[in-house]
Amino acid sequence: MKFNLPNALALLLFVLGGCATNSSSTVYEQLGGASKVSEIVDNFVWEIEYDEQILPYFEGANIDRFKQKLSEQICVVTNGPCEYTGDTMQQVHTGMNITEHHFNRTVDLLINAMNKANVPHPLQNKVLKGLAPTRKDMLYL
Amino acid sequence: MKNKLMQFSGHFMTIACLAIFSLPAYSADGKLIGTAGLMQVEGSGGGGIVPWATLAGYDSQEQISVSVAATQVDLDDYRLATISGAVSFYDSVELSLAQQRFDLKTLGGEIKQNIIGVKYKVYGDVVFSDFPQISVGVQHKLLEDGIIANALGADSDSSGTDFYVAMTKVHLGAIAGYNTVWNLTARATKANEMGLLGFGSQTDNDYDIMLEASAGILFSRHFAVGMEYRQKPDNLGLGEEDWIDYFVTYIPSKSINLTLAWADLGSIAGAQKQSGLYFSINGQLW
Repeated sequence: MKFNLPNALALLLFVLGGCATNSSSTVYEQLGGASKVSEIVDNFVWEIEYDEQILPYFEGANIDRFKQKLSEQICVVTNGPCEYTGDTMQQVHTGMNITEHHFNRTVDLLINAMNKANVPHPLQNKVLKGLAPTRKDMLYL
Repeated sequence: MKNKLMQFSGHFMTIACLAIFSLPAYSADGKLIGTAGLMQVEGSGGGGIVPWATLAGYDSQEQISVSVAATQVDLDDYRLATISGAVSFYDSVELSLAQQRFDLKTLGGEIKQNIIGVKYKVYGDVVFSDFPQISVGVQHKLLEDGIIANALGADSDSSGTDFYVAMTKVHLGAIAGYNTVWNLTARATKANEMGLLGFGSQTDNDYDIMLEASAGILFSRHFAVGMEYRQKPDNLGLGEEDWIDYFVTYIPSKSINLTLAWADLGSIAGAQKQSGLYFSINGQLW
């Protein structure tokens, strides 16, 4: 047995850690600020309106308020100069009983929205990373 | 007999390909694209040579998925072909069946092995949980052609069981905004060359704990590159070596993915420096 796990792991660590970058500007600035966030949110609402599985969750919702609060939220998680003034994720989603399937489908819709807003792939991931912690406050409530 | 088997494999592939390309629109789609991984050479959800904590299909907690895969590794003196199928229930339990055919290109002949796999997800979500997703699994291997295993001194020339625990994590935007994935697996095994050369030996018949690892970067939602490492025991004293592969995976949709890899499998049954191309096609039928 030729034991070369240490070498392999060293290589993995090098690959994983070696090319991390530090950029001084915030993700919010890299995105293009308020106008780009609002474009993403507008696209997202279009995606939802055309999705028969997700649309029912928004029945009776105030779409203008949704757009405003989601924009604030994206701004906050991308370190933009905003404050989130909406209800907590738990308050908003309790009683909806959102399934994992529908949650992930909605993430797919958000990705579509960002694609249509020409958000580069790495920036999309940073937005998703910022929003990911809210998942546990949205599912099966 | 061999012709019949090849005919069967041919039919299987034809049916699998037809099925993949005529997919129903309502198949399991509850995970994010690229996060379901592949089926590895023993039929379990994984990378290519390592079983991961991920299950084979795109099923979420409300869904069942059915996946098939065909994989070929063409080495200098051998060729490994695996066809496999897996059913994954509610992103919780995976049942898999695989048939491996190991063609002894230089020596002539073929070794056939069937593998029944079960995996249970213990904790987490590969993308969203704070800690890695963790699964435990079993691969029960039934060696059909044990003559060579027997001749090389294997303790068992008919069957053996591997047990593993795997942890897998996707990090969103981890490296310059690109998603990364890593996996670490510990496997208790007696298998010689995955079981193709039997299990254990007269002199070394204990379970060994082997470490396996994978790391990859997703350069888009459809394109991943990475490497895998699999530690191997040397029960037979033939200088069995650890495995390494470097892979590129193309994921056009949740229904299909293609993987091309360079596999360096070291010495196998005395034949040195066995390396070659690994090609795998995975499809989700449901």
